[in-house]
Amino acid sequence: MNTKSRFLTIFSVLVYTFLIFPLVIITAAAFGANDYLKFPPEGFSFKWVANIFEVEMFIRTFKISIEIAVFGTFLALLIGIPAAYILSRYQFKGRNFLQGLFLSPVLIPAIVFGFSLLKFLIIKMQFPVYTSLLIGHTVVILPYIIRVISSSLESFDYSIEEAAVSLGAGRIKTFFIIVLPNITSGVIAAFILAFINSFNNVPISIFLTGPGVSTLPIQMMSYVEYYFDPTIAALSVILMLMTAILMFIIERTLGLSFFTK
Amino acid sequence: MALLNLKDVSVAYGDNVVLKDFNLNIKKGDLVSLLGPSGCGKTTTLRLIGGFIQANKGKFIFNDKDYTKVPVHKREFGFVFQSYALFPHLSVFDNVAFGLKLRKTPKGEIKKRVMEMLDIVGLADYSKRYPKELSGGQRQRVALARALVIKPDLLLLDEPLSNLDAKLRVKMRVGIRKIQKELNITTVYVTHDQEECFSISDKVAVMNEGVIEHLDTPQNIYDNPKTEFVANFVGFENFIDLSLQSKNEDISTYNSKNGRVFKVKSTNINSNKETIKGAIRPEEIKIVNKGGDNKDENTLDGIVGISTFLGKEYQYMVDTEVGKLLVNGNTNKRYKEGEKVKLYLPKEKMVLV
Repeated sequence: MNTKSRFLTIFSVLVYTFLIFPLVIITAAAFGANDYLKFPPEGFSFKWVANIFEVEMFIRTFKISIEIAVFGTFLALLIGIPAAYILSRYQFKGRNFLQGLFLSPVLIPAIVFGFSLLKFLIIKMQFPVYTSLLIGHTVVILPYIIRVISSSLESFDYSIEEAAVSLGAGRIKTFFIIVLPNITSGVIAAFILAFINSFNNVPISIFLTGPGVSTLPIQMMSYVEYYFDPTIAALSVILMLMTAILMFIIERTLGLSFFTK
Repeated sequence: MALLNLKDVSVAYGDNVVLKDFNLNIKKGDLVSLLGPSGCGKTTTLRLIGGFIQANKGKFIFNDKDYTKVPVHKREFGFVFQSYALFPHLSVFDNVAFGLKLRKTPKGEIKKRVMEMLDIVGLADYSKRYPKELSGGQRQRVALARALVIKPDLLLLDEPLSNLDAKLRVKMRVGIRKIQKELNITTVYVTHDQEECFSISDKVAVMNEGVIEHLDTPQNIYDNPKTEFVANFVGFENFIDLSLQSKNEDISTYNSKNGRVFKVKSTNINSNKETIKGAIRPEEIKIVNKGGDNKDENTLDGIVGISTFLGKEYQYMVDTEVGKLLVNGNTNKRYKEGEKVKLYLPKEKMVLV
């Protein structure tokens, strides 16, 4: 018993070190005075953080990333909530097929999926790059939305809806005044999860970006190809902070356990 | 005449037939229970009346109107669910007010009616609480108030007490009956608890495999069950094969396989078959001393087997020539295993099915 728990402690410490150490290096390097990524850094400076705001493309792609993430998530919620509702409440022919279809973007390698979106949306359908990017992100985050919403619908007793209907509310009205208010935590969780996924996405975005339209992660990749300075490290620290703040909000409102259910 | 009328209704899920050519009539103001083991179709019947499931065949007439195709939210029936199904995000007041708000009742009237109803169920002080802050019994009463406040044409209760502890169940069923009588509201009550349903119902429909085996007053079902299934369900645990000797208006005579003569009340004969089963409750069989001065009529010889203590009485498994019988005996004396006894089966306590 005791040896087992000691082994477990050592194991956990190792895992966490492995996870956290690279982040520590990045953070330290971000505030170094060197002109290139170096650890341990020499000196201390905020100049690389300041430099982020000097690179105009970072600001522009940051805005695009946020836009795509917000709109994409909204679109995915609009499609995903009704889809999750129907999948969890009705038995019909082809239900399993639909379920598989909605979850397929997670199963197909993202790079393959991105490439086929490029082929179809931009080359075949001749959609503008921005529209294609939005569609691509919407599709790829849809499975997360459906998964999270479905799980909160499953824990919501169906007879509560039946009670509302028996008291005179139609099916659609029941959905808005009874179901939706009771799955808000699921909707918030789905929103944040989808937002983070879209904001961090590379494999889809890399195929669906073009002249003037790019996302922050793609811009960061192309920056690294040409420059070795710690600007990217500084930017990474800021992104980490952003995610941490979002997670903090989730923890405070829903509890992180929501995602492990 | 009848307020509610199910006519030759059939419900099936694929090959699984739940109700077949089902008929049920309920008079206005009555509380009718559907009683039966799980899977007998009682909940299906209730949900069919409520409109949550559609019949494959047959008609549902309510108040002389065809309700077969009327959707749930247009039926004006109050439904109380086993899980109570309260709206978790609304207070007790808003839960009860829900149906009235949908009916665009003026605010002042909503307040008045909701508080009146909460008063009836004894929860007037809890109107601002949320469902999760209430005990099981309180939730149950909120569910009842919510269903009743819309003055429904029919009240449907689906095992409303099954999630409560034994003492509360007894208290609540009296409460339900009282309110039902006060408001004179026709009620269909689904339960698998025999005592619960006998204690509050005007009529009980004992169901088995999608068919009503016996619909009658609780007293009649208890004393004179019509079929073997119903007899068994209401506690007639002993069945003896009998064949008819002579039938008279008052008392009829039957023979058991081992040649004993059994006299029974003719009103207790529920089947015209030549060979029939005589049913009797364990507590109605009397153990009489061997070699006593009883005539041989309505008696059996047996050997005591395993005995168990029921609290009020002992119960013996007695091996007789016509099979093993369960017999209750008082606690003055405990018969030993292997002891020979004579059993007396009073004629007015035997039912033939």
